[in-house]
Amino acid sequence: MYLYDQYDQRIVDERVAQFRDQTRRFLAGELTAAEFLPLRLQNGLYVQRLAPMLRIAVPYGLLSSAQLRKLAHITRHYDKGYAHVSTRQNIQLNWPQLEEVPEILAELAGVQMHAIQTSGNCIRNTTTDQFAGVAADEREDPRPWCEIIRQWSTLHPEFAFLPRKFKIAVCASEQDRAAIHAHDIGVELLANAAGEYGFKVLAGGGLGRTPVIGSVISEWLEKRHLLTYLEAILRVYNQYGRRDNKYKARIKILVKAMGVEAFREAVEREWALVKDGPSTLTDEEIARAKSFFTEPPYVQLDAGASAAALQARCTADPIFGNWVARNTLAHRVPGYRAVTISLKATGNAPGDVTDSQLELLADLADSFSFGELRTTHQQNMVLADVEASALYTLWQQLQGAGLATPNIGYITDVICCPGGDYCSLANAKSIPVAEAIQARFEDLDYLYDLGPLELNISGCMNACGHHHIGHIGILGVDKKGAEFYQVSLGGSQSKEAAIGKILGPSFSQEDIPDVVENILDTFVSLRQEEETFLQTYNRVGIEPFKERVYAKTH
Amino acid sequence: MPKLIKQGEITSDAWLPPAADAATAPEFHLPTLGQWQDLADKTGSAVQIEPGDGIAELLPALDAIGLVAVHFPLFTDGRGFSYGRELRQRGYRGELRAVGTFLPDQLHYLRRCGFDAFQFSDESRLEEGLRQLDIFSEHYQGAIDEPQPLFRRRH
Ligand code: SF4
Repeated sequence: MYLYDQYDQRIVDERVAQFRDQTRRFLAGELTAAEFLPLRLQNGLYVQRLAPMLRIAVPYGLLSSAQLRKLAHITRHYDKGYAHVSTRQNIQLNWPQLEEVPEILAELAGVQMHAIQTSGNCIRNTTTDQFAGVAADEREDPRPWCEIIRQWSTLHPEFAFLPRKFKIAVCASEQDRAAIHAHDIGVELLANAAGEYGFKVLAGGGLGRTPVIGSVISEWLEKRHLLTYLEAILRVYNQYGRRDNKYKARIKILVKAMGVEAFREAVEREWALVKDGPSTLTDEEIARAKSFFTEPPYVQLDAGASAAALQARCTADPIFGNWVARNTLAHRVPGYRAVTISLKATGNAPGDVTDSQLELLADLADSFSFGELRTTHQQNMVLADVEASALYTLWQQLQGAGLATPNIGYITDVICCPGGDYCSLANAKSIPVAEAIQARFEDLDYLYDLGPLELNISGCMNACGHHHIGHIGILGVDKKGAEFYQVSLGGSQSKEAAIGKILGPSFSQEDIPDVVENILDTFVSLRQEEETFLQTYNRVGIEPFKERVYAKTH
Repeated sequence: MPKLIKQGEITSDAWLPPAADAATAPEFHLPTLGQWQDLADKTGSAVQIEPGDGIAELLPALDAIGLVAVHFPLFTDGRGFSYGRELRQRGYRGELRAVGTFLPDQLHYLRRCGFDAFQFSDESRLEEGLRQLDIFSEHYQGAIDEPQPLFRRRH
């Protein structure tokens, strides 16, 4: 993973000092609350319903065991002993004290972490595939490119006061696991006709109030031009993006208003000014970035023997076998598997992890996965490089800590924002809805029979739970002061990205498990052979679901 | 006379905010973009641009202009950062002044975007502004103050 040198460390240390001073001036009345607001947001600090919330950056989801231990320490000393993994692969603390935040940031800087630009109207954490570096369908490791973008965007002097937040995602594999179509900018690494790798650049995708799939701005861009091209897009957005209405301020609205052609021309005009200038990437810099993401020292294993041994274990212990089938993935290196750790046990707020679990995970990362762990935008964690022969021991330890729920990719693997329990913007609670759904579908046989199913819950239009791209999406809405939920179907975050369609009038919280059950019953009755929920939905449309759900509830 | 930060120190000069309703700018008042466009001779001229004005109209006269003031009516409106940097990238060499209700905490970024003078609506912020001017000693990306990004300077 990327390691700081004295330059990176100095930048982060100076940021801590700056924020310490800003906090002091705010508490001394030298900065008003309105002035302090964007300054603290650019350091990840929200003031929420019950306490401040601090969002810590996890660049493209990668954490070392030392960082995990530090996070465990911070949650224990400055918070209530747990942290939350967000849908942008970041870590959130729900109960820090404002006065202590500078101290927390200083602790983080000690392990090369920070909270820079995890919130506010600036360029946020760049995200990518949680299986980067190990996925079999990968064209090239996306992480060096994420790191190059991270450095360019960190404390960027021109783009710190944009019309609205700005999110970039990078995909470098056949399957898109980074939802690049739903980002302000999506970057896809791919080959041109000559077989040379470069970037396809999308802009204007996004969720929120007006969900839009991104438009192609550049079909193919030479790698060295990545930063100057991004700079040109941001320049156009910063000058022309709307600032009069926060719901119309995202780049997607600008791209729609200008039209893709005119937007592209404006970008090209700005690009001409900086293209081939000093920000053009050098071969040395690309090589330097790549040098941090080289292969770990894999052991040469006999693929056949290792598979046979694992198979025997799985047969002998079917509960273990089931976990292997559901929560582990093939690795491109023979004899290894990538393990997803479910943070979605029933009765647990989705994505929450305790201090002792963090410490255990740090130990497990050290013992079994070269000291590294990843967070995922599905709010789980991944040990990416585990020898198949170590899976059984790993599983036993995970099980003992409640981290082995075999539900990855199934309906109880709910993606869920913090919602009304924590978030001051919420229309409705989201965690109790997730828990009620998990409780309703606890029967594992039924769960697996339903097949892969993404269910996403957001507590308001800001769509932190990405409800638009869930196969089933649930959105908290305010109906005359009461909490209600709107349900949508058919969203997808794959390369064939789709925005879900609203089923109809909203429901009360108690109704939601029944509604979901009705939707699933409809699916099961209409399903042909091995169809997934999404395939059936795409074939039959929303009508049969509508009929069934509203027939029952009215 | 109004005070401002210039060349790294607190000083003062005669310029006053624009009188937008006047047909031509009264003496010592910064001309609005419209008033400036009507000037027959732009040699050594001054102009204040507002968010949304953009800089396109200034481009043909960049060598003649002596002072561009960029107004920040709201410190959260970041358009002025792009105006400043683009003016410098297009070769403007005269004074580039931020005026309005921006924060001392923004001075460093403004300076990086090519601004060399800073005039707060609230003059009590000048000292704090001065203190914040060089609050970071290192940066990742290239800008006007240091066009070479860190990756070309790291060793
Ligand atoms: S979706 Fe709304 S309720 Fe949920 S975390 Fe985001 S802002 Fe808060």
